Amino acid sequence: MAHDTNSLTQRIIHMLQYVALSIAFIGVWQALFHLGFLNPVLLPPPSHIVLTFWELSKSGDLPRHIGISVLRVLEGFGIAAVLGLGLGIAIGLSRTLDRWTDLAIQVVKPIPPIAWIPLAILWFGIGEQSKVYIIFLVAFFPIIINTIDGIRQTDHKFVEVARILAVPRFKFVRQVVLPGALPAIMTGLRVGLMVAWMCVVAAELIAASSGIGYLIMDARQLSQSDVVLVGMITIGVIGKLMDNLIKRLENRLIRWKVAFAGN
Amino acid sequence: MSATAASNLTIENLNKSFNVNNDEVVALQGIDLAIREGEFVAIVGSSGCGKSTLLRIISGLENGYSGEVRIGGKRIGGPGLDRGMIFQEHRLIPWLTVEQNVAFGLNGMGNDRRDTVVREHLELVGLAGFAKAFPHQLSGGMSQRVAIARSLVNNPQLLLLDEPFGALDAMTRIQLQQEILRIWEVERTTMVLVTHDIDEAIFLGDQVVIMSSRPGTVKKIIPVHLPRPRDRSSYDFVQIRKEIYAEFFAEAEKPFAYAI
Repeated sequence: MAHDTNSLTQRIIHMLQYVALSIAFIGVWQALFHLGFLNPVLLPPPSHIVLTFWELSKSGDLPRHIGISVLRVLEGFGIAAVLGLGLGIAIGLSRTLDRWTDLAIQVVKPIPPIAWIPLAILWFGIGEQSKVYIIFLVAFFPIIINTIDGIRQTDHKFVEVARILAVPRFKFVRQVVLPGALPAIMTGLRVGLMVAWMCVVAAELIAASSGIGYLIMDARQLSQSDVVLVGMITIGVIGKLMDNLIKRLENRLIRWKVAFAGN
Repeated sequence: MSATAASNLTIENLNKSFNVNNDEVVALQGIDLAIREGEFVAIVGSSGCGKSTLLRIISGLENGYSGEVRIGGKRIGGPGLDRGMIFQEHRLIPWLTVEQNVAFGLNGMGNDRRDTVVREHLELVGLAGFAKAFPHQLSGGMSQRVAIARSLVNNPQLLLLDEPFGALDAMTRIQLQQEILRIWEVERTTMVLVTHDIDEAIFLGDQVVIMSSRPGTVKKIIPVHLPRPRDRSSYDFVQIRKEIYAEFFAEAEKPFAYAI
């Protein structure tokens, strides 16, 4: 029954439920290869991918590419976080600033990152800067928009309490507005980091000679579908780890919130 | 208690209307009310009679009315620390602890002094042991006690209570009614309570102000000259209850009586 969810068997069952689908998927994939349904040049089986992964890791190629891509993402995301939070808080608190900036934000936001690539190359050349710029752009909008929304969602009931108690504006912002906006801000940061990481491949389309995106594009030209898949799966796994990290940070910061956990 | 006492609340010919879909809806019409310093006044009325609007005007949260609302002879203009308010929902800030919530209204005060005031007020409402708790760890009644403590930290002359016990279960409600009475006797704050609970109004009030609906007007003021603590089942209490019930349900009961 549900009342001893902390018991060891329950935890093992939950762990199994967590990985069962992925393991079954890999199993079927491998089986289809052995049954002769798959052309290994187009879709290599998991066993080949594991071998390629091992070789790329041993040679140091994969860790190097991962390191470079992560660094680019952290640079672009870092700038986006600082500017997105700063501007988002300022706009969220000021109706006037909102009127000044809203149209520009709404129009620039839907432009896809790939459309920025030509200009990014013209402005920043083909070096690191253009890649960081693309990553910055995609991460910036979810962060600023969620920050503004979070601040705007401040409960009017708390505004009334603060008026009755003559609470100074600065204290109200610090104790009520910002902590109240924190869940939305954390969502913005999470989404920002995710799209930044997802766009690393797009950013590394720009004459890159390193990075996980480069690894994938380079392997495609050589028809190394196993390397392509290693690159893709690596992106997926690292993305998941980044999300876990930021979720943990969120849980530490938002202890007061009792969230709906399903069921 | 002279007529010019500092916290006398005087309301003269107060009118307030709202604009709903381009129609003018009159919420309050020609309200006249005089509340003496230290008095406990209960305002009863059915929902939509404008009793909460009246309270919000006194608090300074609501503007755009005609007429006069004066405290100690001075017209009110916006909220002020001379008035405290307790809402139907406790309105505690969920990410602040109980003590931080109580300290929310304390500004421009040294840390030591602030801690003392917070502790004193938590003791006043019987929650000294819950200073570090978060609102979601408290029951509804406890949360409302914290809200009471928060509203009292600046020693308001006038405390406005907007159906403060309406969301609580019957047992907790009676407990908190006794509690607010005890606090009133300690602090001697003028209390204006808005409620739809007739028993609550008689149990607490020196006067019970009965409001009629649409437009909201003062229909009758019934003084309650019963010694406290009041016994809800005593003869006098029941007589006053009958009198107030008659104000609300007289018209509805007559045709029913004829039918028998």
